[in-house]
Amino acid sequence: MGMTMTQKILAAHAGVDEVVPGQLIEADIDLVLANDITGPVAIRELKKADLNKVFDKNKVALVMDHFVPNKDIKSAEQCVECRDFAREHGIVNFFDVGRMGIEHALLPEQGIVAAGDCIIGADSHTCTYGALGAFSTGVGSTDCAAGIATGKAWFRVPSAIKVELTGTKAPWISGKDVILHLIGEIGVDGALYESLEFCGPGVAELSMDDRFSIANMAIEAGAKNGIFPVDEKTVAYMEGRVPRAWKVFEADADAEYERTVTIDLSTLRPTVSVPHLPENAKPVEELADVEIQQAVIGSCTNGRIEDMRVAADILRGRHVAPWVRAIVIPATQDVYLQCIREGLAEAFIEAGAVISTPTCGPCLGGYMGILAAGERAISTTNRNFVGRMGHVDSEVYLSSPAVAAASAVTGHITDPATL
Amino acid sequence: MNAHGTVFKYGDNVDTDVIIPARYLNIADPDELATHAMEDIDATFVERVKPGDIVVANRNFGCGSSREHAPLVIKQNGVSCVIAASFARIFYRNAINIGLPILECAEAAEKIQDGDEVEIDFATGLIRDITRGEEYQALAFPEFINGIIEHGGLLNSLKARGV
Ligand code: SF4
Repeated sequence: MGMTMTQKILAAHAGVDEVVPGQLIEADIDLVLANDITGPVAIRELKKADLNKVFDKNKVALVMDHFVPNKDIKSAEQCVECRDFAREHGIVNFFDVGRMGIEHALLPEQGIVAAGDCIIGADSHTCTYGALGAFSTGVGSTDCAAGIATGKAWFRVPSAIKVELTGTKAPWISGKDVILHLIGEIGVDGALYESLEFCGPGVAELSMDDRFSIANMAIEAGAKNGIFPVDEKTVAYMEGRVPRAWKVFEADADAEYERTVTIDLSTLRPTVSVPHLPENAKPVEELADVEIQQAVIGSCTNGRIEDMRVAADILRGRHVAPWVRAIVIPATQDVYLQCIREGLAEAFIEAGAVISTPTCGPCLGGYMGILAAGERAISTTNRNFVGRMGHVDSEVYLSSPAVAAASAVTGHITDPATL
Repeated sequence: MNAHGTVFKYGDNVDTDVIIPARYLNIADPDELATHAMEDIDATFVERVKPGDIVVANRNFGCGSSREHAPLVIKQNGVSCVIAASFARIFYRNAINIGLPILECAEAAEKIQDGDEVEIDFATGLIRDITRGEEYQALAFPEFINGIIEHGGLLNSLKARGV
């Protein structure tokens, strides 16, 4: 039987010729990731189990990104636990303040993840690296601890949904609109236990930043992972970043899929997901009356340089509405620096937005933009659950950077084409 | 192993942000963390729940973040089992890996109501609603996963294998 791209990567890492959906396997992993929230839990588990060891100091990444620069004493103490562990074991890819960025933007940018890898991370959006043609998935701290100690993880081989992309994107349409639309079509559990395999002529239309944004939100459809084929753009992205050999896997022509979903990029509208689930996707024009008090542009979904450029293009020469707080958070130090070099930072500040050092911050209701009861934000993040960005009676609307920036200017949800 | 307790019933897509909001994720002590379990969906859960009680929900329980704090605070409050029509996959793994019993059973998830008295036989996967006098059959775990649970979690099962 033919295998999907995901199945082939899993088979190769389990050391077998073939796997079938539902099969339980143990696979070698190329990288284990944890952050300042999940890392300490994993470290404590390792110590508790008397397994205080690291399988390969080059293949563990610890990124301090959620509550750093530390928002309070408790967060600071969690970072100390990670820092001490990283020192003790000589972890090479330890990223602290000044070097760090939001993990899922940082690891691809720094060339730490590559095509064909099998990656687990104690963070649900670890699925982001599927954009590079890797198998990567989120796990909990115990799985992460086991991975750190042994370099192995157990998986149930997923079946797959094929997502066929066709057509050409209209202006202002980005990867974020593609994924919000897809989740709207199939629902937040539409791909439960399955992989989302993107393919079709429309893939070539998408930049790497679009693909990262799409793969990032595969988990929001319940998927185990989302994965893209490796093409010239992928190779161009990895060249000069990834210092080692990578491996390109392709789905077999007779691979089996549970079903196929086709998305014609030319018909997509700027899309917004309304509270309190990412599946509540609506075309932007249906929401024109919705007033917002805050706009957040950043996160592991949309904090990359293209996102910053799109937002700056809209904000340049305009001003944020007087009753709106606009918060721009480049996802990594490199993106931040590039924002300064390209004059984007200036455009943001002149428009009345704030621009922050990289952090997850408001995305998970951590700090730097918490909402009060009754407040509403438009945000380029990936979750709009109850209480996600603050008070349980606050609301988060998910959108692309273009829509978030346009909405910041008008004070209500806005199609950038109408500005 | 058996479980016996009163049911706390919830709907579809109970996400990890309502099970344990991110604003508490800087708390390291499991007991303190557990005082905030389910706070944003059921403010009185922690006061009312008793050891042995059972959480029943519909589709996609535990969706959202990978935080292991979610199954942990449920377990820490003495909940003996979570029954749902389906679980989000990371929550499913995490629950098994930390030794919180969970069962998938769409029929039980639909028919059991809040406050019902329910009994579970984990060996057979049989769920009995004593209040309603009905029985439902959940899927039993595959052997591999049973091994993890029997050893009291993933890390112990790895150690038992001599890792
Ligand atoms: S930006 Fe948000 S979704 Fe991404 S890793 Fe940080 S908290 Fe998680």
